[in-house]
Amino acid sequence: MKLSYFPGCTLKNHARNFEDSTLYAMERLGVEAVELDRWNCCGTVYSLSADDLMRRVAPIRNLIRAKEAGNRQLMTGCSMCYNTIKRANIHVRHSAPDLALMNAFMYEEPVDYAGDVDVVHVLEVVRDQIGFQALREKVVKPLAGLKVACYYGCLLVRPKEAAFDDAENPTVLEDLVEALGGEPVAFSHKTECCAAYQTVDKPHIVADKTYQIIGAAQSQGADTVLVSCPLCAFNLDQRQALTRQTYGDFRTLPVVYFTQLMAIALGGPESVLRLDLHHTPAAPLLSAKGLL
Amino acid sequence: MTVIVSKEKVHSRFTAKVQRLADQNLLACYQCGKCSAGCPLAAYMDIPPAQMIRLAQLGMEQELLDSEAIWLCVSCMTCNTRCPKGVRIAELFESMRQVKLRARQDHLRVADVAAEELQAIPPIALIGSMRKLTS
Ligand code: SF4
Ligand code: SF4
Ligand code: SF4
Ligand code: SF4
Repeated sequence: MKLSYFPGCTLKNHARNFEDSTLYAMERLGVEAVELDRWNCCGTVYSLSADDLMRRVAPIRNLIRAKEAGNRQLMTGCSMCYNTIKRANIHVRHSAPDLALMNAFMYEEPVDYAGDVDVVHVLEVVRDQIGFQALREKVVKPLAGLKVACYYGCLLVRPKEAAFDDAENPTVLEDLVEALGGEPVAFSHKTECCAAYQTVDKPHIVADKTYQIIGAAQSQGADTVLVSCPLCAFNLDQRQALTRQTYGDFRTLPVVYFTQLMAIALGGPESVLRLDLHHTPAAPLLSAKGLL
Repeated sequence: MTVIVSKEKVHSRFTAKVQRLADQNLLACYQCGKCSAGCPLAAYMDIPPAQMIRLAQLGMEQELLDSEAIWLCVSCMTCNTRCPKGVRIAELFESMRQVKLRARQDHLRVADVAAEELQAIPPIALIGSMRKLTS
């Protein structure tokens, strides 16, 4: 299977652990993910103003790139890119006049966009196009005894029209962990927002959220929290430093990307995990479980 | 907070503008409070989401635009997903931020963020905050 791949800016620098493990896992599963040439930042947050077409141009331009490459699907790993590009796609598919206006604005592009590329998340590709059964058959190192709290945050499940699972009680990550041989735990905070970009000028709010979210995972005996968004990862992992300063009783917990667990279970080399990029080290836990 | 209601405010151009930018009908809200109950940032807001909507119905421009709440909402969409009337609260918050930002009244000053923080924070957070909090 071949599709276009949109990495987004954060996977290219702070979140190399996400990108390298994603590309490894996709290759092992027989997905040829071809990075777009000349991709541009999607703009991160989807504009919610009815009249703000300008901020939907960047995502649509990436869809034009996928079309140019001859692919009908654009895959992202970053949940935020997924959400932003998908919502722009939904908007133009429902508004012919807006699409025409945007095509006219981008008149130098060799092709017009016609809503004819699907935006898909890595998790969606694994669940719907590969299937958990086929994944299970490729596992060479099951995550035996690893207790995982699956954290969805906001962007995989909201808003409903952009989501590919239930908004209040999604299960795709738990199903993935099970297929990889691990043990998902019940997790009350799986869709509770981590306060997102407030981390820039109000990090104390993120420290509170991290305390609550990590604490909820620990109360269920989780060894690690699994994420799909580099901003969730930053807030739940890097911000553990501030959380520790703020709350005397806070205990740290490793945070990993779902693709890192996929890469491990599929027999990947340690180099694709980039465990050096974690704030709270994940290596001791993984070694103790016999996974490194 | 003392709120003085008047016909002029209720029919103000501010209320019309907010509704137009958000593409929402403010009067659809019947004040059940579910949006405030589930909002992950409500504890930090000076005015919680349901009250913001009520003040917007009444045309309380100054109270709304001076609030901290408009800058605290992170568009997590929990409220939108749960509102029994289908009101898109996040879009209404965005429209009020936009009224300020389109008049070049930024909330975030990147220069105030420490240099080592700017190094550590990933682009996903920096771009997100600049898009939401600056013009
Ligand atoms: S969400 Fe980010 S990291 Fe993902 S591309 Fe868009 S801006 Fe960049
Ligand atoms: S960063 Fe927070 S805002 Fe984003 S998806 Fe992750 S939880 Fe939501
Ligand atoms: S949930 Fe909807 S109806 Fe209830 S108070 Fe909030 S906006 Fe109004
Ligand atoms: S979108 Fe804004 S107002 Fe609504 S729940 Fe999230 S933070 Fe609160």
